[in-house]
Amino acid sequence: MVEMINITKRFPGILANDRVSFSVKAGEIHALLGENGAGKSTLMSILTGLYRPDEGEIRIQGTPVDLQSPRDAVAHGIGMVHQHFKLVKPFTVAENIILGLKGIKEVYNLKSIDESVAQLSREYGLHIQPDSPIWQLSVGEQQRAEIVKILFRGAEILILDEPTAVLTPQEAKDLYKTLRKMADLGKAIIVISHKLSEVLAHTDAITVLRGGRSVGTVRTKETSEMELTRMMVGRPVMLETVKNPVNRSSKVLELHNLSALGNRGQFALKEINLDIYGGEIVGIAGVAGNGQRELAEVVAGLRAIERGQKKVDGNDLTLASPKQMIQAGVSYVPEDRLGTGLVPNLNAMENYLLKGVQRMPSGFINWKQVAQETAEVIKKYDIKVPNPKNPVKMLSGGNLQKLLLGREISGKPRLIVTMYPMRGLDVGAMETIRSLLLQERDRGAAVLLISEELEELFALSDRLAVLHGGEVMGVVDPHKTTFEDVGLMMAGKRMAAHG
Amino acid sequence: MGNSWFSRWHFEKRETTSNLVLVMVPVLSVVIGLIFTGLFIALTGKDPLEVYLLMFDGAFGSAYGISETIVKSIPLLICALGLSIAFRMQLWNIGAEGQLYMGAFGATWAALTFPDWPAYQLLPVMMVAGFLAGGLWGLLPAIPRAYFKVNETITTLLMNYIAILWVDYLVVGPWKDPKSFNFPISPQFTEGAILPTLGTSRIHMGLVFGVVVALLLYIVLNYTRWGFEIRVSGESPAAARYAGMNYVKNILLVMFISGGLAGLAGMTEVSAITQRLQHGISPGYGYSAIIIAWLARLHPAAIVLVSVIFGGMLVGGYSIQTSGFSSTTVSMLQGAILFFVVGGEIFVNYRLVRGEKGGK
Repeated sequence: MVEMINITKRFPGILANDRVSFSVKAGEIHALLGENGAGKSTLMSILTGLYRPDEGEIRIQGTPVDLQSPRDAVAHGIGMVHQHFKLVKPFTVAENIILGLKGIKEVYNLKSIDESVAQLSREYGLHIQPDSPIWQLSVGEQQRAEIVKILFRGAEILILDEPTAVLTPQEAKDLYKTLRKMADLGKAIIVISHKLSEVLAHTDAITVLRGGRSVGTVRTKETSEMELTRMMVGRPVMLETVKNPVNRSSKVLELHNLSALGNRGQFALKEINLDIYGGEIVGIAGVAGNGQRELAEVVAGLRAIERGQKKVDGNDLTLASPKQMIQAGVSYVPEDRLGTGLVPNLNAMENYLLKGVQRMPSGFINWKQVAQETAEVIKKYDIKVPNPKNPVKMLSGGNLQKLLLGREISGKPRLIVTMYPMRGLDVGAMETIRSLLLQERDRGAAVLLISEELEELFALSDRLAVLHGGEVMGVVDPHKTTFEDVGLMMAGKRMAAHG
Repeated sequence: MGNSWFSRWHFEKRETTSNLVLVMVPVLSVVIGLIFTGLFIALTGKDPLEVYLLMFDGAFGSAYGISETIVKSIPLLICALGLSIAFRMQLWNIGAEGQLYMGAFGATWAALTFPDWPAYQLLPVMMVAGFLAGGLWGLLPAIPRAYFKVNETITTLLMNYIAILWVDYLVVGPWKDPKSFNFPISPQFTEGAILPTLGTSRIHMGLVFGVVVALLLYIVLNYTRWGFEIRVSGESPAAARYAGMNYVKNILLVMFISGGLAGLAGMTEVSAITQRLQHGISPGYGYSAIIIAWLARLHPAAIVLVSVIFGGMLVGGYSIQTSGFSSTTVSMLQGAILFFVVGGEIFVNYRLVRGEKGGK
């Protein structure tokens, strides 16, 4: 029904989709699986006419089409349910459905629209009242309203972006029942997800994307959690990493029964117990969205702790501010390098000063000294900065990360928290970041390494903790365990600690 | 839409913005504002060029014109400097007008309470009282902004009306001069409450305040920890929090100082110009200052320059009244300039290109 052939899409500095091919048949539920940043959203934005591909072709029912705008995509029967619903809350379901619809008369008969909406929802078992205002509906019902909306517009191809992220388990089950019914009636359904178990239980085929490329398409019946995990996180090219034997010193970070809320107010971390010693790297594995970001933020003091305790070097810092955590020697390389870790419009010197400014004794800035220190870091880590006066947003990803990590280790921290430190980097920059992290470990710093690349975690970590649903599934010794075991833990199996 | 000529044009993000663009965008905005207003002047049957020349001559063509231009630019300068700090942190303080009125109120309170004090005692007290009153008026909307994310644009704007009406109430009520024949004015200030002037002109000490504040602001923003925090907070609140900066505290402090400076401008106006509190002490200095800060791209030295130009526009506006024009032509001109400056802002970050979108 839909074929996307060799789609390539570039953004400044990023290859978001690299010759991705993807096809969906009528009557099939097809999952698009991959980590954050794997290129799923870009690919679907191309299919819905939001972006235009730089290369490649889209065919619908065998005919090549040129989708110039979302309106074009709708005209070709493509409809998308976004993760954040696009509904006007005070309006009724029917009013939302005709909103922005072409071919509605100035004076329209809402009653006849109500009737056709009611008929549609009966046909697909969507159970929705056309005349109820959106704000009165539950999240699941709002989602059904979105589905009816795109069906009303004649969608034959439905795309759902992380549809179960906001649903309760029961609602999720009902949703898939509805989707199956629609597929049986000849629609093609595409579900974007990174939830393995759900995808395995409810879809017909799965295409896995990683790093902007398609890893492959498999039939759901013929695959397993293990194979999918491997496809998602990747396995080959084990870079040889020479590592000195671990030399553990005292406990640096202690998390004791720690719980914290996520952005939506749910518990994102549940009863976490984790200690990290000086001189070791503790890796955190897990499918993205299982509490990694919250864990990093809690340690950096950027997220409030709901229950439990956090200590650094034996001092209770449960209630500490970000500033106090920095003063306690906690460095943090966040996932969002440009925007949080670095300020895009400031230059390299100013960004180098970002944290050091708190240490300026007089309150005045000695720019000469800052320039000198920045130049040293730039030289030491071989950062390519064409002009130190230019805003850092013009630097490449690898140079940004080297500048960021260089700054974070310049103060000889006790603990370094790094989140996806190698994501999107080229091999050379990756090598530098790896060796810097190992150097810091050998210097005696504690390193918390959050990553979604298993091979990276296995190569660098001295111990490996696995997060699932905000809980630690177990802490293992990467030398005595396999990818498969860790993959199972990432999918939610608990393991006895043997690390 | 398809392939029509217009749809082939689109905006493309600039990777870098050259200094030339940074200067040309505001300059061109002013020129287009002049042309736009000129069209309306032409509609009334007058030659716009003649009117503009007349304005220029009134503002800069004589020693008196120049001194009046500087007098008008003083409150504009001090208010715009205050606003520039808030704007740097992306706090849209539209309340300089009200903060100026509250500053005038604070200074007047000191002047009326200690009429017998000599200038070296009374003037500093008036300055502090004016700064505090304006600062607190700026701080009030900052509190809900900092803690509950209440939009400060609306609150600061609405608080202008309260401040202006409060001053009106004082001059028709409790502070009305008994000898004023029912004019809405306070008693005249005593000698100690009046800022010294330059020779016989009306140019007063406020000019020194303005220049000193501009200098201080330049130093603070570029060479101090706090100034650095303000810049980082404005660029990226997430990075500011990440770097251990206290974002909430900085919102409160910045709004206090921003309002305080507008309050200081109010103090100079009542002390040096009206020498009493009265209705309508400001012809909208606080609003013009928004345009000035924006045109100057928040740079202190540029604010000094643009303030003088805007002072000249006000004086020029008064001088064309004699040839049958309403001085509100100037308000229209200012509005047109702001409109084009804000509209032109897109060209700082984007450029207009013709051709295939996302093309190869």
